[in-house]
Amino acid sequence: MKRPLMLTTGTLTLAGLAFVLVNSLPGCRPTTTQTVVTGDAAAKVYVKPGTHDEFYNFVSGGFSGQLAVYGLPSGRLLREVPVFSVDPESGYGYSEETKGMLMTSSGFIPWDDSHHPELSQTDGVPDGKWCFINGNNTPRIALVDLGTFRTKSIIEIPNSAGNHSSPFTTGNSEYVVAGTRFSVPMGDDAARDVSISTYKENFKGNVSFIHPDPGTGRMSIAFQIATPGVNFDLSHAGKGPSEGWFFFSCYNTEQAYSLLEVNASQRDKDFIMAVNWKLAEQLAKDGKGTRVPGKHYSNWWNEETHSAETTVHEDVLQLDPKDHPGLLYFMPCPKSPHGCDVDPTGKYIVGSGKLAALIPVFSFEKIQKAIAANDVEGDFAGIPVLKYESVLHGEVKKPGLGPLHTEFDANGNAYTSFFVSSEIVKWNVEKLEVVDRVPTYYSIGHLMVPGGDSKKPWGKYVVAYNKITKDRYLPTGPELTQSAQLYSIDGDKMELLLDFPTTGEPHYAQAIPADLVKPREVKFFKIEENKHPFVAKGEKETKVERRGKEVHVWMTTIRSHFAPDNIEGVKLGDEVYFHVTNLEQDWDVPHGFAIKGAANAELLVMPGETQTLKWIPTRVGVWPMYCTDFCSALHQEMQGYVRVSPANSTVPLKGETVSVDAGV
Amino acid sequence: MRLHPVSRVLLALAALALGINLVMPIWRIDLGAPQYPEGLYLQIFHDRFAGDIDKINGLNHYIGMAHIKNEMFPEFEIMRYAFYLLMAWGLVTALIGRRAVLLSWLFAIAAFIIWAVWDMYAWGYKYGHELDPRAAIKVEGMAYQPPLIGHKQLLNFDAWSTPDVGGWALFFTSAIATIIFVLEWRRSHRAAVRA
Repeated sequence: MKRPLMLTTGTLTLAGLAFVLVNSLPGCRPTTTQTVVTGDAAAKVYVKPGTHDEFYNFVSGGFSGQLAVYGLPSGRLLREVPVFSVDPESGYGYSEETKGMLMTSSGFIPWDDSHHPELSQTDGVPDGKWCFINGNNTPRIALVDLGTFRTKSIIEIPNSAGNHSSPFTTGNSEYVVAGTRFSVPMGDDAARDVSISTYKENFKGNVSFIHPDPGTGRMSIAFQIATPGVNFDLSHAGKGPSEGWFFFSCYNTEQAYSLLEVNASQRDKDFIMAVNWKLAEQLAKDGKGTRVPGKHYSNWWNEETHSAETTVHEDVLQLDPKDHPGLLYFMPCPKSPHGCDVDPTGKYIVGSGKLAALIPVFSFEKIQKAIAANDVEGDFAGIPVLKYESVLHGEVKKPGLGPLHTEFDANGNAYTSFFVSSEIVKWNVEKLEVVDRVPTYYSIGHLMVPGGDSKKPWGKYVVAYNKITKDRYLPTGPELTQSAQLYSIDGDKMELLLDFPTTGEPHYAQAIPADLVKPREVKFFKIEENKHPFVAKGEKETKVERRGKEVHVWMTTIRSHFAPDNIEGVKLGDEVYFHVTNLEQDWDVPHGFAIKGAANAELLVMPGETQTLKWIPTRVGVWPMYCTDFCSALHQEMQGYVRVSPANSTVPLKGETVSVDAGV
Repeated sequence: MRLHPVSRVLLALAALALGINLVMPIWRIDLGAPQYPEGLYLQIFHDRFAGDIDKINGLNHYIGMAHIKNEMFPEFEIMRYAFYLLMAWGLVTALIGRRAVLLSWLFAIAAFIIWAVWDMYAWGYKYGHELDPRAAIKVEGMAYQPPLIGHKQLLNFDAWSTPDVGGWALFFTSAIATIIFVLEWRRSHRAAVRA
């Protein structure tokens, strides 16, 4: 045997032996993810049939543009609330009444990218009244009423581009904020038509304070504060001692406008911006602001007419910090800060530099001292920059890689998500010491403790909202579901209890004890309070009427028929409006309405509600319509016909429901 | 021999207690089924129905039961006079304080109760048996007469028929009147023996 051959054979044999050896030793294999779950996890998330979850979990639908509602600890998906995106299933964005909700200064925008749900608060604690959520792409904020789980109000944010640091709330929901992610040139057309390379001179940022009317939920922009051109990322309001202040993280203080991946990651520190909003509020009241161009839409759902009301505003009140010292301060924060979270005591502000290997914690008391002593290291575009060391409570050293967001429990602990090292790290806020860490599967973004960004966290769980799920669920082609993971934080050690898939990409989330929401649920709309202009409050009020080329049908639904269910006299070229009133007055009895060839959507009409579907027939013939929501044992009989005649037809217009006599 | 003053006061109160029937429900029927965990109920006042009438009507139309409407019941127009009469009769009994009058009142109450029970049974029989021949669901040999009192299973529903506040008031009034009558009878009997 030749030597090289011997060598090769020998090497292969050795390698083979090593392979067998290594694989037969369990300690040398990487542990599988399943081994992390301990024995009684199932019991802790089991919600017995017929019983309710302990918490409602409101999770952003991400690129779906909607708001998803889960139960905790079960992780069961309860509802997807249509917010920024059309929903053909219910007719949201398609029915004549709901179209106005999605109107913007750029026209009808049927989609968005939603990131951050935020519950309304009273005295710094979520109250279960509303849930706000931002639209990132076409800057908007929506208010979802938790009595109906429907979008009640949407406001567009002018002079903004990429509405990311939004919609975080003040302690009594006096305001929710919206900081622009992209700085852009503002003003009239000439001022906006500038070269991108003039970023430093011409691009401006701003943060907006939006006031929701406590009674109606209708939102308006109270004021905007102009800022230097940077990217705003996230924010949170102060509370307790820091009540009256708002904190925004910002990156790209390099003011790059191209290849930000590199060009905006150069500086050692970016900023957290501290805003004295009480002062801003006072300045706005005193007429110190100026009205600047800023066309925006404010859409509001009127529950009496079951219709959207849209108001267009041409300008917005803006405050310039250069004219008002004391309004804004910058605090240096290591490496592209992302999360900006205030602890329950309101004493500490946690910045999470997503490229940093430490977590800086700022002290509100020290911030105030530094401001009083004018302890600044310079200014950034005219805004004072406080000295890092002077405002720092301390740094959590070597916590992990890529800190993103922090939530809190009621016992002085913080929970920070780490995207790069894919874990949740628990640390003590006062002592700045890491207490515990647990891996997430995989690549966590936001995390959430019930009440964990408020004054009084309910604690009990932390939920990880992950970006990547490969191998966690049955695969479904190239695109896999996103995922959330529930951990118990009751004990000293965090404990993984449950994985559950989510719709869309889960960004931020909120959770609240079910008992704060359940008693407010609307079961149905009272038919006697229905003020829709085309309501039929009984079958006697149903009719068909021609108005030129428009045919209006006042239609009712009740188990299990439409009235009228035979319509004749519609002609080609007509636009038919079916105004469908659901006469039912019982919970859980919606009726659907669909007609063959409908180019828009179907309708889901709740008891006592009226919704309108526009239908343009395309051919002569008899067209079927039917109920799409299983309503009763005779649901399949809930149907009717519309006869469409040629344009020059003389068939008289009529609509009727024909009852056959007994015995016939 | 006149009735004892205490008896007369109690009789007056018992007569007044009948007035509860003029403001509170007399009877109630409760319905439960797996898909109605919160339950459905029907209350009968002296002049009307209350409760989940619309929901019950909505369900019953499948099997062809008549829609319950207040107009179906001429009794609702006259029942109040029956209570006025019984109350006045009781107060007169207390005023006059004669046992014979008390006996007549007892008979009047008994007659009213017998009539009410018979009337309710007759309505229930008609409601449960006279079904619309066009009904969507027909179950061979099935009738849906609600129970007169107590529990009965009707297809997937459990039905309970029980007195409401007014019914209990009527019960207590007749019970007190009867007890007083018996005690008074014994008292007069003993007096007769002593004499």
